[in-house]
Amino acid sequence: MAVMEDDLVRQDAATLASAIARGEVSSEEVTRAHLDRIAEVDGEVHAFLHVLNDEAMESARAIDARRAAGERLGPLAGVPLALKDVLTMTGVPTTCGSRILEGWRPPYDSTVVERLRAADVVILGKTNMDEFAMGSSTEHSAYGPTRNPWDLERIPGGSGGGSAAALAAFEAPLAIGTDTGGSIRQPASVTGTVGVKPTYGGVSRYGLVALASSLDQPGPCARTVLDTALLHAAIAGHDPRDSTSIQAPVPDVVAAARQADVRGMRVGLVRELSGEGYQTGVSQRFDEAVKILTDLGAEVVEVSCPNFEYALAAYYLILPSEASSNLARFDGMRYGLREGDDGARSVEEVMALTREAGFGPEVKRRIMIGTYALSSGYYDAYYGSAQKVRTLITRDFEAAFTQADVLISPTAPTTAFKIGDKVDDPLAMYLNDIATIPVNLAGNAAMSLPVGLAPEDGLPVGLQVMAPPMADDRLYRVGSALEAALVDRWGHLLIEEAPQL
Amino acid sequence: MSTDHDTIPFDEAIAVFDPVLGLETHVELGTASKMWCGCPTEFGADANTQVCPVCLGLPGSMPVVNAAAVESTIRMGLALNCSIAEWCRFARKNYFYPDMPKDYQISQYDEPLCFDGYLDVTVETDDGPREFRVEIERVHMEEDTGKLTHTGGATGRIHGADYSLVDYNRAGIPLIEIVTKPVAGAGALAPQVARAYVTELRDLMRALGVSDVRMEEGSLRCDVNVSLARPGEPWGTRSETKNVNSLRSVERAVHSEIERQAHVLLNGGRVVQETRHFHEDTGRSTSGRSKEQAEDYRYFPEPDLVPVAPSREWVEELRGTLPENPSVKRARLRAEWGISDHDFQTIVNAGALDLVEESIAAGVDQAAARKWWTGELTRVANDREIELDALGVTPAHIARIEALLADGSLSDKLARQVFEGIIAGEGDVDAVVSGRGLVVVSDDSALLEAIDVALAEQPDVVEKIQGGKVQAAGAIVGAVMKATRGQADAAKVRTLLLERLGVSE
Repeated sequence: MAVMEDDLVRQDAATLASAIARGEVSSEEVTRAHLDRIAEVDGEVHAFLHVLNDEAMESARAIDARRAAGERLGPLAGVPLALKDVLTMTGVPTTCGSRILEGWRPPYDSTVVERLRAADVVILGKTNMDEFAMGSSTEHSAYGPTRNPWDLERIPGGSGGGSAAALAAFEAPLAIGTDTGGSIRQPASVTGTVGVKPTYGGVSRYGLVALASSLDQPGPCARTVLDTALLHAAIAGHDPRDSTSIQAPVPDVVAAARQADVRGMRVGLVRELSGEGYQTGVSQRFDEAVKILTDLGAEVVEVSCPNFEYALAAYYLILPSEASSNLARFDGMRYGLREGDDGARSVEEVMALTREAGFGPEVKRRIMIGTYALSSGYYDAYYGSAQKVRTLITRDFEAAFTQADVLISPTAPTTAFKIGDKVDDPLAMYLNDIATIPVNLAGNAAMSLPVGLAPEDGLPVGLQVMAPPMADDRLYRVGSALEAALVDRWGHLLIEEAPQL
Repeated sequence: MSTDHDTIPFDEAIAVFDPVLGLETHVELGTASKMWCGCPTEFGADANTQVCPVCLGLPGSMPVVNAAAVESTIRMGLALNCSIAEWCRFARKNYFYPDMPKDYQISQYDEPLCFDGYLDVTVETDDGPREFRVEIERVHMEEDTGKLTHTGGATGRIHGADYSLVDYNRAGIPLIEIVTKPVAGAGALAPQVARAYVTELRDLMRALGVSDVRMEEGSLRCDVNVSLARPGEPWGTRSETKNVNSLRSVERAVHSEIERQAHVLLNGGRVVQETRHFHEDTGRSTSGRSKEQAEDYRYFPEPDLVPVAPSREWVEELRGTLPENPSVKRARLRAEWGISDHDFQTIVNAGALDLVEESIAAGVDQAAARKWWTGELTRVANDREIELDALGVTPAHIARIEALLADGSLSDKLARQVFEGIIAGEGDVDAVVSGRGLVVVSDDSALLEAIDVALAEQPDVVEKIQGGKVQAAGAIVGAVMKATRGQADAAKVRTLLLERLGVSE
């Protein structure tokens, strides 16, 4: 089957990769098609902060040349990808959605980028995000919001709204996100795409500009479960430059995605992640998906994780605490913005003016909360207690995983909300991540995949699958089985129902 | 009006108060690479040439613990009789300062790698040597900061400078911090106890090979805590004197702080809990920031690093590799050499123990080794206010010079000139000898010629010698030595000239 050129951007990565491998299409053609698509629609969507037009074409041609010379290339060779602007890439601007890093071009590649290069993936550019990954809507980017391709008045989720929107707008078939409390999964949920937060330590954080070191995790994003698995396999694995990276073989996620079989698997419904606060259409589509899993031969059980109730509170102490320290280095002394250096002001004044000018309100809010929570006299009550809650949540997961192989819940309590709706109400914004946060606190693996449109607003609903640490393969078994059943029912992927841009 | 540093004499202070000391010593470990990255640690490279994304704290970079630094710290802990933690974490110490690339320092807080040890030190008193046990609170690992140079302004400090430059070569160099428990009961000996402790630490680290402790390069830095109390009363408020960077300064800093605090207390004042800066030139300190407005460092466990959990087997293996403890070594050498307590202490005080030992091992006669190291070379080191082993003279140099003395190629006087040349960087012994043309004039005819000239110039002396005052020959010998620019063997000149005059001893 030859891939039609004007269809290139609508193909999934696996299809493109094999078409390129068979010589039916060149990486140059595929890359050109995506760059054209970006030029065509990104004015409206604003998924990208920086597009690597020349560099992407150059690497595509180099890959084509190597293939022509008979080199055997990897399973994603020549396929384009959108990179979240929180990962370093040598010489390419890395802003993290912040003014404070404007103009900074890192002198080194993150491990994720290094592995993408090794896999001969073509990097198209850097995608928009909430400033330093703080947010659930991408409205907190200093460079303006990204819009949801399903409805340009709505948010694409966050913090990785740019990566998810790039997939949903067919600007790229693959994207990299990072997930600290749901920043891969919630954007996937509200854009009808797939996103995985691997086990903490599964993918190297080296070169990921840290928000909260103990929670951050880079991961793969795509429009299909198999593509997500292929990308997962390309970036995962031990990295000696990240001490928290796990020294163990990566679970075979690609085989699991191809297996697509849930027969005999025990699927746990988390009682605490349903009911009140969840939009009707979200619950409805979720319940239908549970029914499908049962029909596919899974054994569905209900489990309880009583301490999940405290997850949000604990998260909003641990994250700001670590962030307040991680973001200290942005002081105008060495790189990025420097404000007020008139030769008369002191170092302290220049640092303060730089941080005042360079950080947005949400970043300042969290730095202040974190600074307070770590202060002497408050540490035990705040940071200390939050760490205890974290342990309790980990134990809840451990207990639940004795009853079930995977746990499931809606990914987010609602579908995409309107831009501006929650931007002035931090607590309402934080509640978006109520179902995704427990996984980050415990370090587990989780996936979001689309399970339909909410009847009341016609917007995508995501289902979250959660697995124990280093059992990432289970996500793909369940996700691909469910995806296949839904595609059977609909006759196509959900994303095909997205309106034309 | 009282200035910041009025004092009363030390003896008067000690007559009223008992001092309590606390010492925090930072030492750069001698690992080949930095604490968290592979950058080299060599001293003296051009600014910002030994840096990478990790030690520059660039966004996204992450630290990885240097296993050699952990090993060195454990060995140091074991040598200080410490317990070694089975599990401990690094912590972030948060504060903003431009010499710190991340604006936090990775250190250890409430979980040090080594804790609860001691070090016995000996202080010489009029009543003979006295031993003190200094208890060790903890030994922990951390990273060094960059180095700031303040340009312009009068003080060379940050306030008033026109601009400041930062060199991050030092950023991320592994440090260990050794903290004592309060040291009480030393009384008037407190300054010497402090010095003896730091000296002992230095010797221990060198013996262990964990650091070469180049104090003149700032690789050992000491913070000295002092408080005073009247006997029987609770301990007083302490001050912390920072950046005391030589053995001599440790002693002086304690001494002067006792005098200063005593003055404050005896005049009805209150000692302020503060950081003070020691000035090598004046031997005094000035007030820094007050601890009463102390910064809150917001310590929390470093989430970018996994805990350090040394296995018991490894710790025991390391314990097995510990070299002879310096105090044990001293006892052994004192017995081996069979010299008087006074002579032995002279060597120890000069910091020459290892140098003498190594010189003997290199074939130098014991008395000669002692003579050179505690005599001529100690004098030069003192004049230059540097450590003996920083002179550039090695035991091998001593051995070579002794060999040349033995075969008559050099005289004692010429040997001193050779040392001068080595210290001036003119090369090794043979290079200095040939470079300066230092050869003993042993040609009899040349000597006789010089003797004849001297005898002709000083007929009165000749008369005295011939009249039986043989000791007057010294004047002639001196004149001959002068004429040969010291390159003659004085004993030989004397023999020759007496022969010439037909006089016998």
